[in-house]
Amino acid sequence: MILTLIEHDRGRLNELSLEALTFGRLLGERLGVTQHALLIGEAAQQIAGDLGGFGTEIVHLAVHDELSEYAPRAWARSLVELVTTLQPGVVVASASDRGAEVMAYAASILAAPLAANCIEVVDAPSDDAWTVTRQRWGGSLLEVARVAAPVKLLTVAPHALLPVRSEAAGATEVAPFTPSLTDGDVAARVTGRVEAGAGKVSLSEAKVVVGGGRGVGGAEGFGRLEELAGLLGGAVGCSRVVTSNGWRPHTDQIGQTGTRIAPDLYIACGISGATQHIVGCRAAKKILVINTDAEAPILTQADYAIIGDLAQIVPAISAEIRKASGG
Amino acid sequence: MRILVCVKRVPITGGKIVLSEDARAIDTRFLGFTVSPHEECAVEEAVRLVEANGGETVVLTLGPPEAEEQLRDAMAIGADRGVLLETDGADWDPQATARAIAEQIGQEEAFDLLLFGNEAADSGDYQVAIRVAHALNLPCVTGVKSIEIRDGRALVKRETAGGWEVFELSSPAVVAVREGINLPRFPSVPGRLRAKAKPVDRVPVKPEPGGQEMVALKLPPGSGKRVEVLGHGPEAAPKVVEVLRSLGMVS
Repeated sequence: MILTLIEHDRGRLNELSLEALTFGRLLGERLGVTQHALLIGEAAQQIAGDLGGFGTEIVHLAVHDELSEYAPRAWARSLVELVTTLQPGVVVASASDRGAEVMAYAASILAAPLAANCIEVVDAPSDDAWTVTRQRWGGSLLEVARVAAPVKLLTVAPHALLPVRSEAAGATEVAPFTPSLTDGDVAARVTGRVEAGAGKVSLSEAKVVVGGGRGVGGAEGFGRLEELAGLLGGAVGCSRVVTSNGWRPHTDQIGQTGTRIAPDLYIACGISGATQHIVGCRAAKKILVINTDAEAPILTQADYAIIGDLAQIVPAISAEIRKASGG
Repeated sequence: MRILVCVKRVPITGGKIVLSEDARAIDTRFLGFTVSPHEECAVEEAVRLVEANGGETVVLTLGPPEAEEQLRDAMAIGADRGVLLETDGADWDPQATARAIAEQIGQEEAFDLLLFGNEAADSGDYQVAIRVAHALNLPCVTGVKSIEIRDGRALVKRETAGGWEVFELSSPAVVAVREGINLPRFPSVPGRLRAKAKPVDRVPVKPEPGGQEMVALKLPPGSGKRVEVLGHGPEAAPKVVEVLRSLGMVS
């Protein structure tokens, strides 16, 4: 059996979990085993019904007073308790912030290895170590690794595969259980929140992202990018050089040490394309590059390019969009 | 307060990774080394907290003898002492790494805060901090981009898609930080000179391998994309709008 951890925040599903479910379902079909899912906290009950379509047989729901707010070790305890009961062959989660965290705690509790950021299971013999391919360097290098443990723990690299619904009808039974938790399990727990300003499109969820690099020339130069992003209902991002220079806050950084984006369109302005940046934007469906250098490494990732000075090109595109939309 | 920061020596790969002949390592013959970016910020954060609250910063690494260079870098910006868990240079899996670090921490005078980077730039295992926290039975939060010390407790924040999550931790605690928590300073020349005189303990360590073992490294396939050049200069703007229209982004 495959057990997949579903991530949510107060009942709001993290879409990356659908990638993990798809990974789990495809692996299950290959191995001839079923997939169960785990939701943690009562607030998650409302999303249980959405999971059947992704190939789950049973959705387990961990219910406990201490699970009303996210606490990584309490989530891991709930997961480990279910692992002990169900004895799955493999546990899967997305390598999102929470997924990576909970699985690392679970691996610590089980004294087991955790293969992080996997993109495929190469070989899964029932009675021996597995072979997996996982990402290193944010995905610019791959590692073939052997994982030896009674229960294999894997996190799936975000955006390595698309979520695909199962063709088989998913009848999903919800099975609640109450895990045993101690005070130590909630020693680290969310105790407050600061909501982002209303109306701001988040970089990780934006459908269009306009990114700027060294070629933007300074903090003021980003006004042009803001304008274009505004017209397209998108967000502005930047490369690491820009945050290191203090032109933009780090929250805007796209890359291995910043945000991984997956928009429908990424417009990269004045960005040469260091590996660190490429791994953060590679999941974009289309990439349009604006750069003075026709040989810049980012062109190898691009679908479209305009060669020239972004300070002239970006405002020209904004003007043309206004014209097209009658403004 | 006493703060421990753990760092890892990694090559500066720049634009293109080249593998060694046996495909079990990166060819580092022509590369310099640094600490992972998240950890660079962890060192800066430790130094700032000690500057504000008094105390001592100890920087620890597990790596080959040459990793002393990264300890000296950390001491050049203000860490007080170094600990090198010295290996023969082979890659350790996260379980073995965490075990050796936790054992060493047990030998040291107690710390109030243990800082890690969220994940190493090279192996990206996302788990050493948590494994160490579990071994020492300490609370741990990862992905942190803000630390505030209030009445002996650590108020830490991490970014989410919709804003920030806040965690309040009793001391001692383990915190894995992300780049962006601060903008690390550059080491000064006097700082570098002072770092040369600071003490480094060398502790030879042997791995007790966990259940994960690297078989081989390989480079991912290229994007396979062929770029369509829409034109040169601002005259190409109408072409861009055509593309936007075909993507349904402009009416």
